[in-house]
Amino acid sequence: MSTLATDNDILNEAERWKKAGKGVAIATVVETWGSAPRPVGSHLVIDEDGNFLGSVSGGCVESAVVTEALDVIENGKPRLLEFGVADEAAWKVGLSCGGRISVYVQMIEAAPTTAHK
Amino acid sequence: MDVQLLAGLNAARAARQPCVVVTELADGSSRLVQPDELAKAPLAGTALSEAIGEGLRSGRSAMVEIDGKQLFLAVQVPPVKLVVIGAVHISQALAPMAAQVGFEMIVVDPRTAFASPERFPDVRVLAEWPDIALPTLGIDAYTAFIVLTHDPKIDDPGISHALERNCFYIGALGSSRTHKKRAERMRAAGYTEEQIGRIHAPIGLNIGAISPAEIAVSILSQIIATLRAERVAAKAAKAAA
Repeated sequence: MSTLATDNDILNEAERWKKAGKGVAIATVVETWGSAPRPVGSHLVIDEDGNFLGSVSGGCVESAVVTEALDVIENGKPRLLEFGVADEAAWKVGLSCGGRISVYVQMIEAAPTTAHK
Repeated sequence: MDVQLLAGLNAARAARQPCVVVTELADGSSRLVQPDELAKAPLAGTALSEAIGEGLRSGRSAMVEIDGKQLFLAVQVPPVKLVVIGAVHISQALAPMAAQVGFEMIVVDPRTAFASPERFPDVRVLAEWPDIALPTLGIDAYTAFIVLTHDPKIDDPGISHALERNCFYIGALGSSRTHKKRAERMRAAGYTEEQIGRIHAPIGLNIGAISPAEIAVSILSQIIATLRAERVAAKAAKAAA
């Protein structure tokens, strides 16, 4: 029987993908306004082939996040995406629940980065 | 975030250690902070230390702005562990449901005929008495603990251990009458009313459950309701305002 991916599965899978030599990005819900389908801290992980695990919304914006993540994997620069009713025209996707969410997409790097204070 | 940090985060989660990943949004640089670092240099006394401490207390991830930098604090609290005393029919129904909601389920029952791997293919089963098995399981405040055997010899030591380890949910199967007798035994053993009051009994939300699977749903629902009580209360307060 297949089960839904838990947070543990999602982050472990990201680690496995990266250690297998794939380009990997991690998308995280960093802010929500109004009624949002997934809480702050929810993750979606994406590999360079567009495979993904987890969710940042009820399925409304995942495909847009995956597309952005593939760009992030390619150029390494993190980006902050906003989705919601107000941004519908810009993103062509919206949250049916009427809320807004902010999703941060960053690449998993191979080598340690400099820690900030 | 780099793969070493991710591996460290996964290791902390596997070891059930709370931690916080601090990410600076401008450049994506991240660091993993363990609770014991908050009181040490260089973090001690900083606004960041305070914000991380608050995150660990509330269990909530959040954006913060510190020294003009936008930081995201990803708070990682251990996943819920569900310890079940009694390898009974309800436990069998509960196993796949617990897996679906992401609870790590462990079954303890000294009766080997019940506690067999055949009856619980995907679950850790210990065919031991609770006083032998429980101390090895790292039962903590992120653990939900339920007793289902109806046998005080097996159930009662389990409840004692759960109270000692401050489990966030403790539930006991049995009628109100059975629970009354249990409460009497506990009073005689020196437990306070506050401690006895922590036990959900009869177990589960009252949804009129009949079958083992339905009872499993009612138990799981009550565990989730307890886990999310703060969230429910906040929403109710907002609605009332």
